[in-house]
Amino acid sequence: MDLGPHAVFIIWAYVGVAIGVLGLIAFTNFDARRTLKRLDNLDARGIRRRSDNAS
Amino acid sequence: MTADVTLKKPNWFSRIANPGQFLAWSKGFVAPLAILTATLFAVGLYLAFFASPPDYQMGETVRIMYIHVPNAWLSQFVYGVMAVASIGTLVWRHPLADVAAKSAAPLGAVFTGLALFSGSLWGRPTWGTFWEWDGRMTSTLILFLIYLGIIALWRAFEDQGRAGRVIAVFTLVGALDIPVVKFSVDWWNTLHQPASVLSMSGEHVAPAILIPLLVMTLAFTLLFITLHIVRMRTEIFRRRAESLERQAAANLMA
Repeated sequence: MDLGPHAVFIIWAYVGVAIGVLGLIAFTNFDARRTLKRLDNLDARGIRRRSDNAS
Repeated sequence: MTADVTLKKPNWFSRIANPGQFLAWSKGFVAPLAILTATLFAVGLYLAFFASPPDYQMGETVRIMYIHVPNAWLSQFVYGVMAVASIGTLVWRHPLADVAAKSAAPLGAVFTGLALFSGSLWGRPTWGTFWEWDGRMTSTLILFLIYLGIIALWRAFEDQGRAGRVIAVFTLVGALDIPVVKFSVDWWNTLHQPASVLSMSGEHVAPAILIPLLVMTLAFTLLFITLHIVRMRTEIFRRRAESLERQAAANLMA
């Protein structure tokens, strides 16, 4: 498709927003996994919430 | 004299907003929301590039609108979510309210940054400049700086409970910028066009342009909701991990 004489602005806008959105998704996913791993490590050392011990 | 102590049964909202309950019910929402978001993005991008015409004035650059307007909408909507959560923190001291506010701040900052970025790239071919210190752009830049300030404040406090209350006050003061962003195009002379999607003036966007815009706006909004739920879950788990680490350190010292 022909984006006309201002194609470079349209393409850079979409590329920039795609980088921002994909970066946000990647960081959110990474942070979630890192935090769950931290809890798993504590659990492996026997450090867990009392309510978790009871169940 | 007898003490009349009656325990009030928690209402429906309190039950689902309890952190433990939230973790339980929200788990099943993430995957369906992510799939729906991805589908809407695919449909929206197809409509934006292949099923919508160029604008009679702006030509092909109108396609930037399909990513600029959703990010601009979210820059204000996310702040609205944070303001409501801040009221929840200050008035009801709800344990999930400051988790919601903290989790939303980086998302709002990114969406605001992307609105400024895409708006700047849209401005150059449309107005002949990347930036102009007018009401809409300046107030949006201030909103971006407020988001960054809130993120910095969350990082500055070790006691997250105390941080929640201080930042809630700061967030509510910062909310004064939202009406300025919204109405700046009506209050001052500006390069930025006035509201045309939600407008009372009778001017309407053509359906061929409005439909892709609405689909993309819904896709971005669902993206925010999905990421917000994941970030809130992560924040609850992080607080649990920090609490357990403190408890383990105290046991070690004893």
